[in-house]
Amino acid sequence: MSALPFEPPPPPPPASTTRRSLLKLAGLTLGAAAFGKAVSPMFSFAAEKSIDEFLQNHYRELGPADLREVITRLEAETKRDYGADVTIRDPKPLPGVKFGYALNLSVCIGCRKCVEACHVENNHDRAGYQSYIRVLEMDKGTIDLEHGRADYGEPVPQPDKYYLPVQCQQCDEPPCVDVCPVEATWKEPDGIVVVDYNWCIGCRYCEAACPYHARRFNWTAPVVPAAEVNPEQGYLSNRIRPQGVMEKCTFCMHKTREGKLPACLEACPTGARVFGNLLDPNSEIRWILENKRVFVLKEELGTKPSFFYFFDV
Amino acid sequence: MRADIQLGNGAIPVQTIAAVKMKPHATRLTTSLLLTSVCAMVVCACGDRPTDPPAQPGLTPSAAAATHPSAPRFEVHVAKPTGPPRVATDRVDALGRPITVGCATCHSLGVGDSTRAMGATLTQFHQALVTRHGELACRSCHEAPDYANLHLADGTTVPFTDVQTLCRQCHGPQARDFDRGSHGGMNGYWDLTRGPRQRHACTTCHDPHAPAYVGMVPARGPVPQHFGGE
Repeated sequence: MSALPFEPPPPPPPASTTRRSLLKLAGLTLGAAAFGKAVSPMFSFAAEKSIDEFLQNHYRELGPADLREVITRLEAETKRDYGADVTIRDPKPLPGVKFGYALNLSVCIGCRKCVEACHVENNHDRAGYQSYIRVLEMDKGTIDLEHGRADYGEPVPQPDKYYLPVQCQQCDEPPCVDVCPVEATWKEPDGIVVVDYNWCIGCRYCEAACPYHARRFNWTAPVVPAAEVNPEQGYLSNRIRPQGVMEKCTFCMHKTREGKLPACLEACPTGARVFGNLLDPNSEIRWILENKRVFVLKEELGTKPSFFYFFDV
Repeated sequence: MRADIQLGNGAIPVQTIAAVKMKPHATRLTTSLLLTSVCAMVVCACGDRPTDPPAQPGLTPSAAAATHPSAPRFEVHVAKPTGPPRVATDRVDALGRPITVGCATCHSLGVGDSTRAMGATLTQFHQALVTRHGELACRSCHEAPDYANLHLADGTTVPFTDVQTLCRQCHGPQARDFDRGSHGGMNGYWDLTRGPRQRHACTTCHDPHAPAYVGMVPARGPVPQHFGGE
């Protein structure tokens, strides 16, 4: 037998060791690992939550019975986690009421009593000293709130300053609501922009969208001693929020929807704050709008706030 | 969290269908594709939106039933001073309580010098009293010889409990704003058909002898939040 004119090709290596299959395997492993990592918070998240909370529907799709059940569960959880007996109610918007707020900058002395009252009323985290109100110390003659100073500490009022308390402006065209990817925040018929704390995914788009820096994020679950927990709570307002969700001023909805004044107004020692029903022509707030020279913050943005400022002239 | 539920309901049928149709050699590639699609579904499910609620009843001014003028209204209670002030002495009674004296204790004896118009010029009593209230003299407001009362500019006697009537003579804009709820603060109910409201008197916050609101140390300021917030 003469030699073959050419060498036969070597037998192909086993399929499992080809470059292609190795790359595939590596890609697959990486992909699976990435997926596992990506979904892992879901499992740890689920472990911390009851199945009821996990399955809870959006606030606006809860029937009265569902809501009662949810509230009972939340009250029990507050008792378990905070040791406080609380009552969570869900007052509905009052017919014929649209809330408005006005603030007299000639009278405000920047004492931060409103900040403190908000902190206590709304069960904010004690260590973070969270509050829905930020009082800005402004140079007289300026109006750009981006140049206000929030961390002043000298006796107030300083002669060359005025003080601009800023909280949620309850806009009629709220940018924060527009950007929410899951509709966890919306505007109620009485003008209050609310958050469903159990639906919010904590993406903080709304915080970025708000031109008034009025939204707050719960970096941690609020820590409040049992004796300091405000037991009068509202589902959409001051109940203790879970970690990782947004929150905001609700004009103390749990109080104001029952006819009471908001906590920040009651704490104000100067009477700079005026609250009421914009649809009632005899209300104090309407008198302000009709007789004082009111303005709104960042009017040019078209957010149409329900929060007005004025100076005495 | 809800995303996971959606995932459970949606992903399993998709996987089943895919497995039936697939040829064996394509399985690994398709698995990668499936993983990608599952990830995509997670993202989509996060965007799952609740349907809009049914339209709320119309909000028109005519529907302002909650604050209708004809509805019964609760009282706006304005705080009043308890009465004529009493002057402290350095004596205590048998029970150790400080002794205070009323105006008439001295002033009924004819004490009171109309030539000493301002507080700073007093040489006997009330020297510690700081008066920084425009050009007002003692007797602009205090009645003589009955110092247990006040009097208006026209001489009308006013008890201490109605001190606001006196203040209102000069401070019209403040009085107007007080009546309209934009001066002086309040507690209670914005909706007077549901509950009462409490108001301060002028003298709760303003010292009538030096009424300019004194400064104060503000309450605690914000704590810097994570990532340099605030």
